[in-house]
Amino acid sequence: MKVEIANLSIAFPSPRGPSLAVRGVSLTVGSEKLGIVGESGSGKSLTARSLLKLLPPEARVRADRLAFDGIDILQATERQMRSIRGKRAGLIMQDPKFSLNPVMTAGEQIAESWRLHRKTSKREAREAALDLLAQVQIRDPARVADAYPHELSGGMGQRVMIAMMMAPDPELLIADEPTSALDATVQAEILRLMEDLVSRRGMSLILISHDLPLVSHFCDRVVVMYAGRVVEELNAAGLARAEHPYTRGLLACLPTLSHPQARLTTLTRDPAWMDGSN
Amino acid sequence: MSDTSLRAWLLSDTPTSRRQAGWGRLYRLWCDLRTNPLAMAGLITIILLIVAALAAPLLAAYSPDAQDLSNHLAAPNAAHWLGTDELGRDILARLLWGGRITLGMVVAVVVLVAPVGLVVGCAAGYIGGLPDRILMRVTDVFLAFPRLILALAFVAAITPGITSAIIAIALTAWPPYARIARAETLAIRNSDFIAATRLAGASRTRIILVHIIPLSLGSLIVRVSLDMSSIILTAAALGFLGMGAQPPSPEWGAMVASARRFIVNAWWVPMMPAIAIFVASLAFNLLGDGLRDVLDPKQRS
Amino acid sequence: MNGRLRTLAATAASVLITIFGLTVVTFFIGRVMPIDPIVAILGDHAPPDVVARVRIELGLNQPLWYQYWIFFRNLIHLDLGRSVMTTHPVLQDIGRYFPATFELATAAMIVATLIGVPLGVLAAVRQGTRTDHIVRIVSLAGSSIPVFMLAMLSLVVFYAALGWLPGTGQVSVVYDGIVPRITGMLVIDAAITSHWNTFYNALLHLVQPALVLAYFSMAYITRMTRGFMLDALRGEYITTARAKGLSASTIIWRHAFGNIWVQLITVLALTYAGLLEGAVVTETVFSWPGLGQYLTNSLLNADMNAVLGATMVIGIIYVFLNLLADVLYRMMDPRVR
Repeated sequence: MKVEIANLSIAFPSPRGPSLAVRGVSLTVGSEKLGIVGESGSGKSLTARSLLKLLPPEARVRADRLAFDGIDILQATERQMRSIRGKRAGLIMQDPKFSLNPVMTAGEQIAESWRLHRKTSKREAREAALDLLAQVQIRDPARVADAYPHELSGGMGQRVMIAMMMAPDPELLIADEPTSALDATVQAEILRLMEDLVSRRGMSLILISHDLPLVSHFCDRVVVMYAGRVVEELNAAGLARAEHPYTRGLLACLPTLSHPQARLTTLTRDPAWMDGSN
Repeated sequence: MSDTSLRAWLLSDTPTSRRQAGWGRLYRLWCDLRTNPLAMAGLITIILLIVAALAAPLLAAYSPDAQDLSNHLAAPNAAHWLGTDELGRDILARLLWGGRITLGMVVAVVVLVAPVGLVVGCAAGYIGGLPDRILMRVTDVFLAFPRLILALAFVAAITPGITSAIIAIALTAWPPYARIARAETLAIRNSDFIAATRLAGASRTRIILVHIIPLSLGSLIVRVSLDMSSIILTAAALGFLGMGAQPPSPEWGAMVASARRFIVNAWWVPMMPAIAIFVASLAFNLLGDGLRDVLDPKQRS
Repeated sequence: MNGRLRTLAATAASVLITIFGLTVVTFFIGRVMPIDPIVAILGDHAPPDVVARVRIELGLNQPLWYQYWIFFRNLIHLDLGRSVMTTHPVLQDIGRYFPATFELATAAMIVATLIGVPLGVLAAVRQGTRTDHIVRIVSLAGSSIPVFMLAMLSLVVFYAALGWLPGTGQVSVVYDGIVPRITGMLVIDAAITSHWNTFYNALLHLVQPALVLAYFSMAYITRMTRGFMLDALRGEYITTARAKGLSASTIIWRHAFGNIWVQLITVLALTYAGLLEGAVVTETVFSWPGLGQYLTNSLLNADMNAVLGATMVIGIIYVFLNLLADVLYRMMDPRVR
């Protein structure tokens, strides 16, 4: 499995002409864990979602190449996309409160995902759902399976979401800020769980976040985006060698215990970053 | 001020006065509305109807009451563009004059109802507590009657006629206005800028009049424009059932009622006023629908 | 459990208060008459002592609250007074005319739902396309057209010109009075008692008024369905459903529609109540022997007991339909259950 993105642009129509949200992004993802980091509006989510063709209908996408395992996404029909979505690439979104269907039980939603790509009976699917819930370390799978999303905590909901996306055994998992809506204490747990599942199944992972140190902790490689462009690509281990002032600024903003500061540093933005000339 | 500089002034991102901000907002809404052909068709129709009704004495070639029994139930022709009715009266002339009644009733109802609903709803929403609960109960009661039926009962109790019809429709029309104003107020009431105004020492009356009412106006205007068609239809139904304007008044609903029995032999006699009602009500619906799209961004694509 | 009981009590209380309000409003409508009710009954030239006697008999010399109390007490004993026109107790009249309205409104409701809901879904799914615009125009026209115009047009076209459907009334004269009255709904009664000719005839008579009424409610149902669907389709869980690789029809019907049908039931209940209003005009045009026609006839004869009785009954039906919608909503939606 290999994801190739070359010179990807995504524009939205606005009263004053199209506004570019992603401007010429190029990256490749192989069998690895890639982190994409940037602030809101940097285009990181759009870039990842364009892989599944899950952009808002008014979005205009252009790219020299946008391919999933050799399949040209821009040319792919809806039918072809459906054979990629879920089955080969899963998507986990920010807040399970909104991303789970409020009127279906957790079990039904996982079973639906399981049955979609395998022709099995309802009972088998339910058992598979319980098994998946156990795999995402839910202690009482039967109870959670019969619960509606609003009856679950955020962490629980996100586990259900992970179980649902793991059900068809995809090759790639895209996690779009999977922990931003969760309590700080649960965040690490969920990320560890995800990392564990991904490694054990030999999947690739695209982890989108605004938290640079967190991402570098869980990923092999980190891409930093700003205003619709990739400003820096780093090995997670080489974070300290970041060159772009934006990345360095982000790192400098973090307070550390080893070098206490009286006043937290803030990021000063250089308009030149917008042009991609650094 | 030239056209381009006026446009720039209106579209400025940094208005320098409250007046400029207000006009700029209106201009943007207008730009949005202009792109909706259905809404514009509605607006133009409404303007034409108003002009035609106001200019009825100039436009009508005949008096609406002039009878010509030798020429009754005439089909549309060069002399009588829309034909004549059972008493030989010119249908076009009657429609033009009747437009005054229909539009007049709509305006009268809105003028009676909108301010009352707005003030009552905003006050109840802002004050809260018991007055609010009582108001909601009262609106519940009025909303529990289908509009036409309550109006019919009212008119029957007073005396059939245009004035009673206006009062009856007004009585049935106010609760939704009060509810909308209240809902808007509840949304605005807890915002920070109202808290700031209160801290600055503004009185309750001032907050309601200066801050809450202007902000609730938008959704009220949408409601009014959508309600217009319902008012027209209710007034016409009252006329049709003999409970509104009384013959020989050229009110459109009453015209349909008195010509109903000719529907098979001379369809144009009852159909012309019916079409007039339909056109007026559709025009308001189109405009209201377009306004809702513009003023309520959530509904927009 | 305790919480649920409390909600139930609160709902019951609010229904009772609303119905109480309905009776107060109805009572006062009956009392705003500018003409003295006694003069209305006895005429202008009644001797003064007779007027005084009747005034006491009717309780009109009592204070207003006391008059209301009498009105309310009678109401509890299901006494709405007598109709001057039919000389029967008003409630008995209403019982006789209501089934025909119920039959008409239900038929209209079924048609309106079966057409309106899929149309609304279609418009939402194809938002902004030509399909959406056409549906929008069709539904706006439906809420702009006067019911009497549609009714007359239908009579001219399908009865007078084409002769496809029978004209006014509930059934042709030859079949009148053959079927024993069981439910009061002719189509149902004829089917129960196997009077198939009458059944067929009555069904044909039902088509026109039902379709006219249906268009009127379909317009509303379509617009509401479209709005709800647009909201639902914007939900994050729809993105999830798409990311799972589900087909468009599963996403639309299971995931989006699955989230709105409970809300739609509320709309349907309200629409049904609105049909009672449309029925007044429709029944008048089609000479349909229902509550609407009863109301119009009473209005034209200034038969106030009948007018107020019918108004109040329609109001109460309206309240109970709302209550039904509320209860169904609580039962069906897992989020409030």
